[in-house]
Order: sequence, then C-alpha cells, then structure tokens
Amino acid sequence: MPKVVYLDNNATTQCAPAVVEAMLPYFSEKYGNASSMHSFGGENRHVIDQARHTVAEFIGAAYDDEIIFTSCASESDNTAIFSAVRVNRNKKHIITSAVEHPAVMEPFRYLQTQGYRVDYIGVDEQGRFDMQQFKSVLDEDTALVSVMWANSETGTIFPIADIAQLAHEKGALFHTDAVQAVGKIPVNVQEAGVDMLSLSAHKFHGPKGIGVLYVKRGTRFLPYLMGGHQEKHRRAGTENVPYIVGIAKASELAQKRLSDGIMDKVAALRDRLEQGILSQISDVKVNGDQEHRVPNTTNISFGYIEGESILMYLNDFGICASSGSACTSGSLEPSHVLRAMKVPFQFAHGSIRFSLSDQTTQEDIDLVLKELPPIIKRLREISPFSRMA
Amino acid sequence: MWDYTDKVMDHFKNPRNVGSIPNADGTGQVGSLVCGDALRLTIKVNKQTDVIEDAKFETFGCASAIASSSILTEMVKGKTIADASKITNQDIADALGSLPAEKMHCSVMGMEALEAAVQSYRQGGKPVIFEQEAEKIVCKCFNVSEEAIIKAIRTNHLTTVEDVTHFTKAGGACGQCKGEIQKILDKVNAASVAPAQAPKTYAQMTLVEKIKTIEKVLEEEIRPKLNLDGGSVELVDLSGNTVKVRLVGMCHGCAGAQGTLKNFIEKVIQDRVSKDLVVEQA
Repeated sequence: MPKVVYLDNNATTQCAPAVVEAMLPYFSEKYGNASSMHSFGGENRHVIDQARHTVAEFIGAAYDDEIIFTSCASESDNTAIFSAVRVNRNKKHIITSAVEHPAVMEPFRYLQTQGYRVDYIGVDEQGRFDMQQFKSVLDEDTALVSVMWANSETGTIFPIADIAQLAHEKGALFHTDAVQAVGKIPVNVQEAGVDMLSLSAHKFHGPKGIGVLYVKRGTRFLPYLMGGHQEKHRRAGTENVPYIVGIAKASELAQKRLSDGIMDKVAALRDRLEQGILSQISDVKVNGDQEHRVPNTTNISFGYIEGESILMYLNDFGICASSGSACTSGSLEPSHVLRAMKVPFQFAHGSIRFSLSDQTTQEDIDLVLKELPPIIKRLREISPFSRMA
Repeated sequence: MWDYTDKVMDHFKNPRNVGSIPNADGTGQVGSLVCGDALRLTIKVNKQTDVIEDAKFETFGCASAIASSSILTEMVKGKTIADASKITNQDIADALGSLPAEKMHCSVMGMEALEAAVQSYRQGGKPVIFEQEAEKIVCKCFNVSEEAIIKAIRTNHLTTVEDVTHFTKAGGACGQCKGEIQKILDKVNAASVAPAQAPKTYAQMTLVEKIKTIEKVLEEEIRPKLNLDGGSVELVDLSGNTVKVRLVGMCHGCAGAQGTLKNFIEKVIQDRVSKDLVVEQA
C-alpha cells in the first residue's frame, strides 16, 4: 500500500491523538456512571459539566445547558426536526433546502407523507440559496425552517443569520445542520440567531459516535429518545463519558486552529490544488460558490468521464477522495446536490470532491497534481464522448 | 468500496481493444451521458464466414462498465455472429468472476451493445442505437423497454423489483415505474410457474379477503405514487361495491383530488381488483 493521501475529510477525519489520549482513561479506570450516588461515578458528572462548558464556548452558546450530547449529528437532526413539529402542532408547513444531508431530507419527506406542506428551497448554478423563493413560501403556518450551514459536497456556505432572521419574523423555529461548518469556519449560535444546531465530532478530529444538539434556552423542546433523566430529560441514555471528553478535546483543538489561522493555510492548499487542476486539465468545472465556501473543500467535475473510475485510479496512489457520481453511491443517479445545481450531465457524473484538513501537506497536493492529469487523459481516451469535447 | 474481482480490476486498469474500428461492419451503441454509462461497440466481420475478426469499444462509465466492455470484446472475437449472439449478460459477469449485484446492469449494457452491433451488421453496417425504436418504454428516466426488462427477468431469474433495477437500472431514479415492473415480473414469472390453484375471483372472496386485497393494491401501487407528491390515502370502508377512502397529506384538499380519485385510484382498483368497484371520498 502506498502512503495514504487523505483528501476525504468531509466524510470523516482522523481522531486526533490528543483526543484519543484524553478519552482513554474513561474507558477503563474512570468507568463510573455519572448519575451514580457514589463519588467514583459522580466525579464523572464534573467531567461532563466541564466538557459541556468547552463545547458551549466553542459554538458561542450563552449557557452550558443549551448543549445536549447525542450519538451523532443524524440523531441531532432528527431530534430537532421532530421536536419542532411536535411543539407546534397547529402549524402544518415546514421548509428546508434541496441540498440537505439525508438526515434532514428523510425526516422532511416522512413528514410530507404525514400531511405536512413542505418546501424544498432550490439553489442556483453556483449552489447559492434561493432567498427569493424562501421569502415567497415562508408564512405564519411555518413551524420550522431547517437549512444547512455549509454544504458537504461543495462546501458552499449559506447566509444562516439572514435565513434565521426571516424565519423568526414569521414565528418559525430555525434549525441548522452545521456538521460541515463547525471546526472549518467560526460558528457562533448567538450571532447567527439560531434556535437549534447540529454538529458532529468526527468531522473535526473527534471520535465517531458523538454529536451535539444545541437548543437555545427558551426554545420549546420535546425529546426524541425517552426513558431517562440524562441531559435534563432531553436525551435519555447513560452519558457516554469517554466520547463526551473526546468531543470537548476536539472542540478545544479546533478552536485553537481557527484562532491560529491554520484554516487559512488549508484554504491556500485547497486553492493550489484547484488552480493546478484548472490549469492542467481541460473541460473541468468547479462546482459551488467559490466566494462563500468552507476553506477545505473543492468539488471539481471532469467532463465526459465517470467519477468512480477516477477514484479507483487515484486509489492506486493512495489518494482518497469522493465522488457525486451515480456509481459510487450504489444509486443510479448523480448526487442530489449537483442535480439541484443543474450541473449538466456530462459533468455531473464525473465530479470529484477533495476535502482537506490541517494535516494535508503541500506534498499531498503536488502528488495529486502529478498523478491526476494522466488518469483523466486515459479515461477520456476510453470514453465515446470525449470527441464531443 | 465495491468488492471487485481481480479480473474486473485487470480489465478496468488494462482495458483490451479500446477504440473504434474505422469502416466497421457493425456498430452498436447503448446508454447516454444522462444515464451515467454508455458503450459504443464496433465489430469487423468476415462476410464469407460470418466470423467476428475484430472488436473495439469505447465506454463512459465506472470500473465495472469498462471491465464488462473490455472482456466482451475478447469474448466475441473469433466467434461467428450466430454464436456471439448467444452471449448473455450472465456470461459476461461470469467471465469477470462476478459483479456486485448493484453493478449487474453493466453486464447487461454489454449484452445490449452486442445485440445492437449484430443488428447493425445484419442491416449493412449502419450504426444501431439499442432500443431507440423500442415500442414500449417502461422506465422513462433510463429509457428501458418492456422487452429489455422481460429479457433480464428470464435470463437471470429475477424475482423482485430491486433485482430488475440492479440488472437494467429501470426504476432506479424517480421510481414511478416500479408498479409496472412488478406487473411485468408477475406476468413473466406466472408464466413460468403454473399456479397450483386458480386464484379466487373478487366475487368469490370473503369480506376480509376483499378488504385485504384492496388494501394491498393501495399499499403497493397507489400510495407510492401519492407519496411522491407528499400525499397518501386511507381505506375507510367497503360497502357493496363502493370503496370509501380518505385522501390525506398533500392530496387532502388538493384541487386535483377528484381527478386523482377517479382517474388514478379508481382506475387502478378496477384494473387490479374488480371492474365493478367504484371509489368515493369518505
């Protein structure tokens, strides 16, 4: 196996060694139940309190108890959506975007079958949120608006504060899936004015299996998982102490990277990769809003060839990326995000997402720039459509 | 990550016979940029012996599409047109060791391109696009004909709609044709398995059987389509030949509700259960 060049950090990241180290004692030595009436377990209560405080600070929450620990962002999303509609039983309209993660999309589709009016706000060809459409459908019957902070496939950042404000003007709750934003750009729940926010540790060098749902104080809320007093009766289940310690440590490190300007360096490497590809390869297209984009992501379409084939060749060089092509997902259509952006079919099937992290080096980028052009050339020689180009 | 065999990887990485034969005796094309995979096969045939002397391919698609095309060219070379025509998609998959279930449509694409190339040869070499003139297209998203679906079901002994999607892609996008695919499956598989006993006619059924039959049709053929528009339907009552239903979700209060009720729900119920039934709003 060649050395791994990992450019798939929007899928998941490496759990940082310092995070693992912080977690380890809570598996074996300090295994007590934080709810116990003995100090062996009870001490972990303080550990959790401290972790909650760290995460609250990281996302700019006003109060620690606005942080609910969950098992993943999908759970956070489901919890937020079902809570919002259950506390607003008289309202029968909900709004989301056409480019959400399935953890938001599927609950919305389910609610649609249960009689809710649902609007999926579209995006333009750069993947930008259609504010006009949003304004035109928002009304007093709207119970919830759930719009992602940054898109996982293209990295496009949505104007969350503006959307939240408009939602509030009509009396709707506002939730955002901020999984792809947290750790990459500064996220402040108070400045953005959101009622609920989902995040996941493993997207910023924390462990898989833990997420957070932020619920602003005063927001009416009903739990999704019932059966325990944990998290102030808002999420049942014995507290996952090692993972809670892990997400706090990961938050602390991510905060430091943001304030130390590390993410700007990631953006510079991303731009080097993007510019290198654009200058060396013809018939390529960058998907997404290049002005408002998280610093680590680029989504590039290679015309007239198919994404899985590109990935398989990159794999030979240890290069890990992902594709919005139909073949990679096992579904038969290209990604719903690219389709919503109306990316032409000759480009949609050949899209590759490179997502960097602070661990990405210039050597990694230069390896891609060296190996990718011959791969594209080779696949285009096989393709019957290249002559059309 | 797909579990590709070494043979698939070999043919993907080192594709044989890439290109296009100038002045080919047969040219077959299948698929399109929209579908996500496409194959163009050209063959050179000895007109005296009918033996395929050369074959070349160009493919747009994933690793298994490229591998299926590559091995196909090896399989047909040296064969007579008659023998080559007997190659099935399963033969292509077998030659590659195997293909993941979700990728079987790649082998079907190979078979279809070959079929088109043979037809092109027989018609004097004018390129043939597979199924461009097919009579009945079932899946409009991927342009799959009833004929192609029946052939895939027979050749590969398919029993579920999901199987059919894996092999032909039909039903893999909007899903609107899934009910129709199920009907084709029922038809093809019923012909091969003689029913042990003639099913009861609607009039012979008990009340409970009638209700269950109607509910089954609602669940399998009607609700999936209504769900696409955010609505659904509930069975409220059956009295005589009157089926009373309630439209819910987006269907409730929709301007087109009456049309949906009569032109769609009632039509399907009459078609699938009994022509004597009428459907009304509860």
